[in-house]
Amino acid sequence: MAGLELLSDQGFRIDGRRPHELRKIQCRLGIFKQADGSAYIEQGNTKVLAAVYGPHEIRGSRGKALHDKVLVNCQYSMATFSTGERKRRPRGDRKSQEMTMHLKQTFDAAIQTALYPRSQIDIFVEVLQSDGGNYCASVNAATLAVIDAGIPMKDYVCACSASFVSDTPIVDISYLEESSGGPELIVATLPKSEQIVFLEQNSRLHEDNLSKVLDLAVKGTKDVHHVLDQAVREHVSQVSAFENTDQS
Amino acid sequence: MLTSKTFVKKTKRGGVMKIVREHYLRDDITCGSANCKVCDINSPKPLQKEPQNRSNSINSCHYLMPDTNVILHQIDVLDDPAIQNVIVLQTVLEEVRHRSIPGYKRLKDMLSNADKHFYTFSNEFNRDTYVERKPGESSNDRNDRAIREACGWYVKHLEQSDVKVVLLTNDAENRKKAVDEGLTAFTIQNYVKELKGCSQLLDRLAMADTNVPLTNSRIQFPEHLPLSVIQKGIKTGRYLQGSFLASRDNYLEATVSVHNQEKMVFVHGLSHLNRAIHDDIVAIEILPEEQWRCPSSIILLQEEQKDKEEEEDIENENQTSKNNIPVELRQPTGKIVGIIKRNWRQYCGILQRSALKESTRHLFLPAEKRIPKIRIETRQAEELSKQRLVVVIDAWPRGSRYPQGHFVRKLGEIGDKDTENEVLLLEHDVPHSKFSEAVLSFLPKMPWTITEEDYKRRLDLRDLPICSVDPPGCTDIDDALHCRDLDNGNLEVGVHIADVSHFIRPGNALDKEAAERGTTVYLIDQVFPELLSSNLCSLRSNVERFAFSVIWEMTHDAEIINTKFTKSVINSKASLTYAEAQMRIDDTKQNDPITVGLRGLNRLAKILKQKRIDNGALLLASTEVRFNIDSETHDPIDVVTKVARDTNSMVEEFMLLANIATAQKTLQEFPNCAMLRRHPSPPSGNFETLLKAAMSKGFTIDVSCGKALADSLNAATLPEDPYFNTMLRIIATRCMMQAVYFCSGTTSEAEYLHYGLAPIYTHFTSPIRRYSDIIVHRLLAVCIGADASYPDLLEKHKTQSLSNNLNYRHKMAQYAGRASVNLHTHLFFKERVEDEEGYVLFVKKNALQILIPKYGLEGTLFLNAKDLPSHVNFVYQEESNTQTCGEVVFHVFDRVIVQLSIDRSNVQHLKLSLKLVHPEITDFSVAAVTKSENQEPPVKKAKMSVK
Repeated sequence: MAGLELLSDQGFRIDGRRPHELRKIQCRLGIFKQADGSAYIEQGNTKVLAAVYGPHEIRGSRGKALHDKVLVNCQYSMATFSTGERKRRPRGDRKSQEMTMHLKQTFDAAIQTALYPRSQIDIFVEVLQSDGGNYCASVNAATLAVIDAGIPMKDYVCACSASFVSDTPIVDISYLEESSGGPELIVATLPKSEQIVFLEQNSRLHEDNLSKVLDLAVKGTKDVHHVLDQAVREHVSQVSAFENTDQS
Repeated sequence: MLTSKTFVKKTKRGGVMKIVREHYLRDDITCGSANCKVCDINSPKPLQKEPQNRSNSINSCHYLMPDTNVILHQIDVLDDPAIQNVIVLQTVLEEVRHRSIPGYKRLKDMLSNADKHFYTFSNEFNRDTYVERKPGESSNDRNDRAIREACGWYVKHLEQSDVKVVLLTNDAENRKKAVDEGLTAFTIQNYVKELKGCSQLLDRLAMADTNVPLTNSRIQFPEHLPLSVIQKGIKTGRYLQGSFLASRDNYLEATVSVHNQEKMVFVHGLSHLNRAIHDDIVAIEILPEEQWRCPSSIILLQEEQKDKEEEEDIENENQTSKNNIPVELRQPTGKIVGIIKRNWRQYCGILQRSALKESTRHLFLPAEKRIPKIRIETRQAEELSKQRLVVVIDAWPRGSRYPQGHFVRKLGEIGDKDTENEVLLLEHDVPHSKFSEAVLSFLPKMPWTITEEDYKRRLDLRDLPICSVDPPGCTDIDDALHCRDLDNGNLEVGVHIADVSHFIRPGNALDKEAAERGTTVYLIDQVFPELLSSNLCSLRSNVERFAFSVIWEMTHDAEIINTKFTKSVINSKASLTYAEAQMRIDDTKQNDPITVGLRGLNRLAKILKQKRIDNGALLLASTEVRFNIDSETHDPIDVVTKVARDTNSMVEEFMLLANIATAQKTLQEFPNCAMLRRHPSPPSGNFETLLKAAMSKGFTIDVSCGKALADSLNAATLPEDPYFNTMLRIIATRCMMQAVYFCSGTTSEAEYLHYGLAPIYTHFTSPIRRYSDIIVHRLLAVCIGADASYPDLLEKHKTQSLSNNLNYRHKMAQYAGRASVNLHTHLFFKERVEDEEGYVLFVKKNALQILIPKYGLEGTLFLNAKDLPSHVNFVYQEESNTQTCGEVVFHVFDRVIVQLSIDRSNVQHLKLSLKLVHPEITDFSVAAVTKSENQEPPVKKAKMSVK
């Protein structure tokens, strides 16, 4: 039968969102005690866990150490149970390697790396459930984890995806929308300065439409930032309240 | 603003795959009623404050809420202007979309029509109306519940105003449940019956439930298998899936073109055809080999007076006679076990009134021969019997000989030229409404002038000796040519094509309309409004016009040295007809630059053509005729066959060259989204008729490849019969596949081939008449940097779907053109009887198919009419493919003389009838008519007087 109608005439997407609406974001900080920083985020049905260690001494070969800045070491992996069909290799496949590299580039740009020369920060990201926007959720989770670890950053890095369906840009696309074959634009920004730290595009999109889609994606990152910022403030107020009661 | 309630939806697809999807429920979905005070004021409110649906059974104003089946089966009723203010639920819309694409399209048209006041309520996303499927509940039941839930919500929501909501459902159980829940529910039949002042709507109601009792019916079709069984059968290979193609000649025969299979499967007999209708997607089961048979070569039309017994006799006779079909002629034969998808559309035709005057049930005779008669119910038979009607099929129950349908609308008086034209256009789905205001608004403002800016951006070719060569009376001139000597001894040849894409900007209403129309059907309307097609874009002489030029530098041996594409301004020096151009070339005294150019072009064209033929190009033939139309009555007064002159082939040759050059250029630049045209090489099975026909005269035709075919066609000539070769080529043309537009990214490169023409090909030279050429122009403009691209141009799926539409329109335009020639033929022969020379094209079991070159038409000469005296007896020889009667033997390609007249035995259905004049057969052939004034009466008498 005819394929799915990604955007109805009434302006609703398949899951009932309007084109500019994000999926529901829920997040928590500081969920692991062992790691220096950790966070968990749900963006709709995409669920990601992030843990941050460091800054600490260079592990493994010393040759990797950078004399003027910190070495950001990332690892992206997907749980075997994260997709509809059980995944064979949780990490190390091409896709994960690429994602690892992208995360590293993103956080190299966002963390104030010059503060910790000759040391290392580890960011581990695990996708527990995947429903589109894995990179975005990973970046957002890792940002929270880095903040939780107390590592200075230039700003939050927030990521958001966007697509273009029947002449309308749509934001924060789900797996269904991702796999429909349309264009996909992924952007990570420093929301306050609106600087783009990462931009990726899959499939073809005519240049006339690029700015429309990009604008919506950047707007999406700002919305994400708003949510994350609230979560951080809430977490901080809780922790400080807790510590206050501890002391008293 | 986002009330999100996430939950999980599980579905199984193919294997066992769990799919988890989010589903957000919202509180910001408005009811769309102008009465509502609760919902957001700024939201659209298409539903009127005081809906005018007046019904006897409901006193107050109300909105309608139909369920899925009501929409699917009664869409014609809903389409009526009397029905307004309808709430279409999202649940219903999705179900309609899933079950019938044409229905969905029509529903969407209604939804977007502001006068209808239809509103889509997204009940699945509304927090208050969403229902979750209960364990053990079928999805249909769940959807019915969702509809009732939404209806209940509306009733409560609009409580304060006096507007009610009426649920329309024909499902008795659903209706009962709705009434139990306190809702107002009706069947559509009851509702329409009670509607005030809308009695004409009753006829448009589909007859869904009229079940003919199965027991007393003589004809009983086998049951169709359910879809699940069919799918299983197809998987195991027991059944095959294919599209059903009814035979034009014999209503008891059909072929099924099985998907991914070259050979057609033959289906024979009423019960094997099993209620399939032309174009349906069906499942067939192949019969055991001993039951295979072949097309009977009988021409069998559904005669009006044909008795049912007789049909059964034919059936029985055929059943018994099947064993004597020689094995080598047998074809795979199957029977239809089920229908996968009905492709019913609206059919034009006439009413054949029932013998009983008072009866309300009548038969409807479609104009298309492949469609069976349709039984309809109407109270206005008296009036309708003189009209052309549009009817749709509703169902075909097992016990009924004919499908059941209902009347949609009338088109006009039978025989009236406008009505007949309308039938033609409707039957071929040719858009023929006037151009809307929105479309016209994108036309350039008059007076239109060329600005300085334009000159700067275009190559100035105004001084070149450019001229156009076209058929006489041509107003939309889209090509012009020139040829001149260069200083280095080479020749410069230019083809200049009207730059239509300059005026049609992508994406505006004009562009969209043109894309939809696709191609010009030369009976009525153009792709573009008149102003463009015959003025601004037409490359008339002595005016400055924009052109898209292809300029070659060639040697005198027609070797291309380089090719240049450019946008230009030209000033054509002369608009010539083919004959005028020919005269100039032949007249040695004329030596002006245009004539010299024409001579050069003509010489080059001959070399090019020879090269092409050497490379295996095919020259095919078809008979084309023009009717000279009386300027006042618009009746045809004379017929002219098109004469081929050198100049025709000259223009054609350069157009080919330009098309091929463009195809190469655009493909090179846009390997993924160039619009090309391909002509698949026909499967060898297609050539059987050709081989058989040539064999009868002792020629063998080699069909292994295009080149071989061309050579053997060239060799097959009979000195005593010059028309033989032409006829062979006509038959060969019929063996070919349809050429189609396609987008280069969607098929493999091996399939780009244009059979008999070139490795790659496209259409570039007729942008006024074809939309495909506009796309090609735009692509080429991007290639040479003359214009910017736009998103849809580079999107291969959009280009492909556009190509599909163009192919469809193109095919339909061809059919419409042919049908129009037929119509004109009928009008032409209305007042006359003529003897004409004809050739036997095919020999059938009971008839001869005769081609009359003068009119380019084909007719059937029936040999076994019932009223013939017994000593006139034709014997059909299957092996030699001949018909013998006494001394006279008819072979394929035999020359005969036939008498043409219009058969008036049935006023409603005029037919061209052929009668044999020469060779003479006593009691069968008729005397020749002398071409005297008094032509009318002798037709019938002639036949009588011979006795």
